[in-house]
Amino acid sequence: MADKLHFDLVSPERRLFAGEVDMVVVPGEDGDFGVLPKHAPFMSVIRSGAIIVTTDGVAERTFIHGGFAEVTPEGLTILAEEAIPVSEIDVAALEQDLKNAQEDLGVAKSEMEVEQAQGRIERLEAMRTTVAN
Amino acid sequence: MASLKDLRNRIASVKSTQKITKAMQMVSAAKLRRAQEAAEAARPYAGRMAAVMANLSNSMAGTPGASPLLVGTGSDETRLLLVMTADRGLCGGFNTNIARLARARVNELQRAGKTVKIICVGKKGFDQLKRQFASLIIKMFDLKSEKTLNGAVAGRIGDEITHMFEAGEFDVCEILASEFVSVISQKPYSKVLIPAIDAIEDGADRPDTDGSVYDAEPDEESILNALLPRYITTVILSTLLENSAGEMGARMAAMDNATRNAGELIDKLNLLYNRTRQAQITTELTEIISGAEAL
Repeated sequence: MADKLHFDLVSPERRLFAGEVDMVVVPGEDGDFGVLPKHAPFMSVIRSGAIIVTTDGVAERTFIHGGFAEVTPEGLTILAEEAIPVSEIDVAALEQDLKNAQEDLGVAKSEMEVEQAQGRIERLEAMRTTVAN
Repeated sequence: MASLKDLRNRIASVKSTQKITKAMQMVSAAKLRRAQEAAEAARPYAGRMAAVMANLSNSMAGTPGASPLLVGTGSDETRLLLVMTADRGLCGGFNTNIARLARARVNELQRAGKTVKIICVGKKGFDQLKRQFASLIIKMFDLKSEKTLNGAVAGRIGDEITHMFEAGEFDVCEILASEFVSVISQKPYSKVLIPAIDAIEDGADRPDTDGSVYDAEPDEESILNALLPRYITTVILSTLLENSAGEMGARMAAMDNATRNAGELIDKLNLLYNRTRQAQITTELTEIISGAEAL
């Protein structure tokens, strides 16, 4: 493929990735979608899960949480609250975090605490599913 | 006149103060660099976010279902001021300038008959404002224990504000913080956070859509609603980061001054010390000579 797609992955703290890639598969709220060069302008909310970035035939999976994808004529931008390469996720720590979050949910008193704990569990479970696949 | 011993003690104490201020200056210089890097690193996200928001809000603002976070509640009776200062002092006029702006703003709004509420981020602003406006301050965020200013910290503040807004506790939210003009110059300013549309129209660089129409999924409204709280968090984060860079810059300048002043004081004291010593020797000599002459 001659054309490349310009892809930016930014989190609130820093720019995590910027460069030319062949294809990115993004987990959209209404289902996964792939972005190839010259994709039509498009925006979507992202659900927690893995994006798959393909560069020269090599696919890399990165877990992202809470974000937003925007395709412009210049390329694809993903604004993610959190992004971790799948290979760097520590499964043991993940299980422990998940257990802690569930315990927190058990003892949560205010509505806000419940909400927070549920959010954490959702995020961690999405991460677990991502690792398992 | 002070005795020689007093002078020696004085010089030693000024010297150790100088050492401290010097060290603080170097520490803030290092921290400033880090704070600037963090502020720099956060810029792409904030920029993209502003662009997307500008884009979406254009198409949404006119519609009746638009979120009040975006277009406001339709009234501006109750104002929430989010006053961002540092948690530590010894940074020149940095905190005082922000607090002064906050006082002026509160007085102005109260004269206009508005209800004012204040949330302080950073301990120093709280300390300065509580004397006068203790009854208006509803919350104080102390960030001293946070090692880094990250999305989680900003998220906590953002959540709190969004919750309060949804509970109808205020109509308009303004941020008062300091703009990082340069290392030696920080300018306090205020900007509107909620309703977001004011902020977006003020600042954001217009997005590069070339007039192309976006497809949105699920649809523009739900994207916007998902994005608004995040947008608020982003604005808070970038303001916090800029503020902390400003704080470090101010502290560095203040400590540089203090070090120089200490240096001048040491020179003066040294001169005085030497003169006193000389005078003492001369007196002693005169005494000895006149004593010898008398024999």
